[in-house]
Amino acid sequence: MSGSRVPAAEFEVEEVLRAAHSAIGGRQEAAVDMLQVLAPDGTMAGGLTAEIDGEPVDFSPYLAATDAAHLRSLYRDMFLVRRFDQESTALQRQGQLALWVPLTGQEAAQIGSGRALQPQDYAFPTYREHGVALTRGVEPAEILRLFRGVTNGGWDPRERNFHLYTLVLAAQSLHAVGYAMGIQRDQLADPSLPEAASVAYFGDGASSEGDIHESMVFAASFNAPVVFFCQNNQWAISVPAAVQTRVPLARRAEGYGFPGVRVDGNDVVAVEAVTRWALDHARSGKGPVLIEAYTYRMSAHTTADDPTKYRLSGDEQEWQPRDPLVRLEAHLRSQGLADGGFFDELAAEARAMATALRDAVLSMTVPDMESRFATVYAEPHPLVQEELRFFQQYEAGFVDEGKHA
Amino acid sequence: MATMTIAKAINEGLRASLTQDPKTLLMGEDIGELGGVYRVTDGLKRDFGALRVVDSPLAESGIIGTAIGLALRGYRPICEIQFDGFVFPGFNQITTQLAKLRTRSDGMLSAPVVIRIPYGGGIGSVEHHSESPEALFAHTAGLRIITPSNPQDAYWMIQQAVSCEDPVIVFEPKRRYWLKGEVDTSAPAGDPFSAHVLRAGTDATIVAYGPLVPVALAAASAAAEDGRSVEVIDLRSISPIDFDTVTESVTRTGRLIVAHEAPTFGGIGGEIAARISERAFLSLEAPVIRVGGFHMPYPVARVEEHYLPDIDRILEALDRAFAY
Repeated sequence: MSGSRVPAAEFEVEEVLRAAHSAIGGRQEAAVDMLQVLAPDGTMAGGLTAEIDGEPVDFSPYLAATDAAHLRSLYRDMFLVRRFDQESTALQRQGQLALWVPLTGQEAAQIGSGRALQPQDYAFPTYREHGVALTRGVEPAEILRLFRGVTNGGWDPRERNFHLYTLVLAAQSLHAVGYAMGIQRDQLADPSLPEAASVAYFGDGASSEGDIHESMVFAASFNAPVVFFCQNNQWAISVPAAVQTRVPLARRAEGYGFPGVRVDGNDVVAVEAVTRWALDHARSGKGPVLIEAYTYRMSAHTTADDPTKYRLSGDEQEWQPRDPLVRLEAHLRSQGLADGGFFDELAAEARAMATALRDAVLSMTVPDMESRFATVYAEPHPLVQEELRFFQQYEAGFVDEGKHA
Repeated sequence: MATMTIAKAINEGLRASLTQDPKTLLMGEDIGELGGVYRVTDGLKRDFGALRVVDSPLAESGIIGTAIGLALRGYRPICEIQFDGFVFPGFNQITTQLAKLRTRSDGMLSAPVVIRIPYGGGIGSVEHHSESPEALFAHTAGLRIITPSNPQDAYWMIQQAVSCEDPVIVFEPKRRYWLKGEVDTSAPAGDPFSAHVLRAGTDATIVAYGPLVPVALAAASAAAEDGRSVEVIDLRSISPIDFDTVTESVTRTGRLIVAHEAPTFGGIGGEIAARISERAFLSLEAPVIRVGGFHMPYPVARVEEHYLPDIDRILEALDRAFAY
């Protein structure tokens, strides 16, 4: 061996990461306005206005529901989904789930946008939209069926207008656009139908996928009533967002010819208002909107991930004070909008939900293999039928063996 | 009865589907004003409008992906992929999304999307315009794959694909688009997923599909001059495959040749050979012999005639089968 090879351990890992990050970062923050109503310290702005595509937009009509009961219900949803996330992580650690995809840190982006949807709207999630799922009436245990390995779905999407989780990044964004094209046609055929829109959820990582580009091209071409809701949680597993985009993601919309806005994804009040505005924009025939919810994945990508290998602890600490729950709790407490009893009751409700969730997971029925043959095709298929017959005979052979033994 | 080309028969079949079901719509590149690069959709935009005959942006994943979304909303999209070699940008949407939607939803959702793909060589074209990728899709559970070889089948099979609740890929034999034949638009359609015996024989069976069906029939005629009675089966459906019809034939003839333009390695012919060896082993006088493309990217146009199975290649295979 020639030369001297310095063992990697002699480098300060934090130092190396810091150097790498500073080389690519620093561009995004200044380049676009971020809409915010509820500041990290819990103070609430009186209104929200912005300039979008050179036009002033007043979000006041969409901020209407900032009364105490509404704010408490937003907090409740965020608190419950965080508890749901913690319980699911624990279930995975205990070997009860194959995998878990945490959402901690993204509660405001998900609850705010999910609560903005009307029943007739239709949302297409990735695999992390647990908060949105709960706002659409999906039961917590239904979400875990996929991760328990008893189904690849979990609920009837037609009942909840909430599609099944999609694990191939960005594939669902095209489905959302096609669905929106269907809404357009339905409304032309029957103008008495309620105006509706679809929502494509994706993340900063998926924004690099070609399907995001194609879906935005199609949406713009056909002026489809679709809202692209991108949760920029800063990390595509181990690669920071700044590597994947040289401009703020919200600004990409300009290239497709529709509005793009960045909202503080940890501010549930602003997220809800901006999403309501965007849905209104899409439903009323004005075309697609891209929302970039600027947030932070406070946990791992999945339970198989180890963020300590690629990101700085200081990075995580920097985002801690911007926690979406902390700021709303601070606001509720400082303004006297919720008392200790509210928080105590909520904690009890969350504990009960977690217990029920655990019971539901442990008692989930495992489907039999035979049922897998039934859903490959909608219409009879001779090969599947033949293989099912083989499987049944093969299995029956073991039963006979048992009897004779 | 009317005489028309395969291209016109598909056009008429699409017209019938668009007329019968307001939820059907066509999507594809240049299918509207232009009528598609092969004019298969000629005149349909004029008659059904831009909402039913959609000129899409040039993006195959976009076409398939939005078609899935439309299907989820209750529509029955019929997508045109311009050429066989251009389907691959949409491969992910077809295999990971379209094919799996029913299983993923535990049978709650259907994806009745039709994908039309002109396929095969023999047209002297440039790269990516002459391929036969059907085996790649046949390997994917959840998809159905059919391929008409004549105008009568073309007229009916496209409509049957549209009315099927499962996703169906229709591989259209592009070098036969101008093949003329009789079409009975009033005849009730047979099962699109069954094989048809086109010529009866007693000494050997040739299974072919799509563009090679006329070649197989011509080879059988030539063999007859040598005193060999050869049965010809038009497979028509590549997934599922009608193994019953093929097995019944081989049980009588004892010899089987499978011909397709696609490379033989990992192809449909190999699947048929394996199944028939299981089902009719004791009836076989010779191994099942495959005639197909070589294990190479589709060759340049100036040499494609040496690549594509022709009458002589099939006759040579028959000779080998009879020599056993």
